[in-house]
Amino acid sequence: MIINHPLLGPRDAQEFTYLGDATLIDRPDGMADAAPEAFHDYLHLRDNPAGTHRELWYHEGGDRSWLVVTRDTRTHEITRVDLARDVALQRGRGA
Amino acid sequence: MRYSALRVFAEALRGQRGWRPAWRDPDPQPEYDTLIIGGGGHGLATAHYLASRYGGKRIAVLEKGWIGGGNVGRNTTIVRSNYLLDGNEPFYEYSLKLWEGLEQDLNYNAMVSQRGILNLYHSDAQRDAYIRRGNAMKLHGADAELLDAGAVRAMYPRLNFDNARFPVQGGLLQRRAGTVRHDAVAWGYARAADSRGVDILQNTEVTGLQIEQGRIKGVETTRGPIRAARVGVAVAGSTSRVMSMAGMRLPIESHVLQAFVSEGLKPLIDGVVTFGAGHFYVSQSDKGGLVFGGDIDGYNSYAQRGNLPVVEDVVEGGMAIMPAIGRARLLRMWGGIMDMSMDGSPIIDRTPVEGLYLNAGWCYGGFKATPASGMAFAHLLATGEPHETATAYRLDRFRRGLPIDEKGAGAQPNLH
Repeated sequence: MIINHPLLGPRDAQEFTYLGDATLIDRPDGMADAAPEAFHDYLHLRDNPAGTHRELWYHEGGDRSWLVVTRDTRTHEITRVDLARDVALQRGRGA
Repeated sequence: MRYSALRVFAEALRGQRGWRPAWRDPDPQPEYDTLIIGGGGHGLATAHYLASRYGGKRIAVLEKGWIGGGNVGRNTTIVRSNYLLDGNEPFYEYSLKLWEGLEQDLNYNAMVSQRGILNLYHSDAQRDAYIRRGNAMKLHGADAELLDAGAVRAMYPRLNFDNARFPVQGGLLQRRAGTVRHDAVAWGYARAADSRGVDILQNTEVTGLQIEQGRIKGVETTRGPIRAARVGVAVAGSTSRVMSMAGMRLPIESHVLQAFVSEGLKPLIDGVVTFGAGHFYVSQSDKGGLVFGGDIDGYNSYAQRGNLPVVEDVVEGGMAIMPAIGRARLLRMWGGIMDMSMDGSPIIDRTPVEGLYLNAGWCYGGFKATPASGMAFAHLLATGEPHETATAYRLDRFRRGLPIDEKGAGAQPNLH
């Protein structure tokens, strides 16, 4: 697979390590009343779709940025790549 | 029809005209007592044990493709019970005992071959870990032997013993482990289940689950609706897709695992050997092909094919431990879709939907578990209670903080 890095252009997927579903960006509030349940959901449960999947890849052998890759799990076709930083900022996370 | 040497002899004299199809191809009935979704090894084994051990009647197995076309035909055929943790070892040892009596039980030659599995160790720390694992196995009635380098050399002279980085110091041997002809497992269970009246419905894909007031009523299929008060799901690889029809999200990711077969060679290795410093396992089939595999590709996938970086990684592991395989040509490779669970261990349990039961999360250890999985799932379907060897495989163990994490990798499916 070739991942089209937003800053570095097309890079071999071998340079990256895979974390999982991009919902991992949305870490629950640990101080909320329902935190244990929310963290169980966050840590363990996955949609695991057959089709379009947004997922986190880390450019370990490159610029060490986190990417959100949109990929079809049935064909491995990558349709979109964003910097995870931009996605997180859009969702009001981080600074 | 009972298979026997006499039968083979008699048919030879009669021009082989007396053989009959090993199972029927029936039309779906409108209603069954029990439906099993998934006609793989686990689903067929469940149907067989439910009918033969638990007196189950009116059972159907629903298979979207054909029998033996899924993961039961896409593995490296290894059976073993060399686990460490209490939740796992009794279950896998029970499975190995069922493998030992399988062919007599099914009246089918599944080519169960207890040729042994040898896990190599390459450091003092790894030896200590294997001693601990071997002791845990023996405490649960399994067999384990620790070999030093000399004993390994006598068994497998063609390994790379003096690798500067990963010298072979010895190995943990389980002699009762081995290989089983995977297709024959599917066919044998299908034939045995069919002979007890189980309807095996091939090319029948489940497209919906009928759930009313929290209770399962039946399923929608590509061949029409089928009613049933009890439905068992055993569709490893596609579990999340099927259970999403019941609105459930699971602690599972689907990943692709590749396996490889070389051209046929003269006898090179007798049993199953695993490399301790990388992830590589190899055995030689009765046809002579080296059957080997390694890690999963590591990203979510429903494509039954992997990518080249993992191919390279697997053969590098092979070259490190057995340089001679560099001269063999690769004949075939394929990928299967694994239910990678959050702790690397399976799930055999009830679900929040009354009457709907789940058998899932086999990671890449599903084949060896086939008989015990079938027995435990049949027990659960028949009695509503977990089988004594499978009490730890609860769906809610993640919520309760009781994972069975054999590898200690945490809730990261691609690391198990």
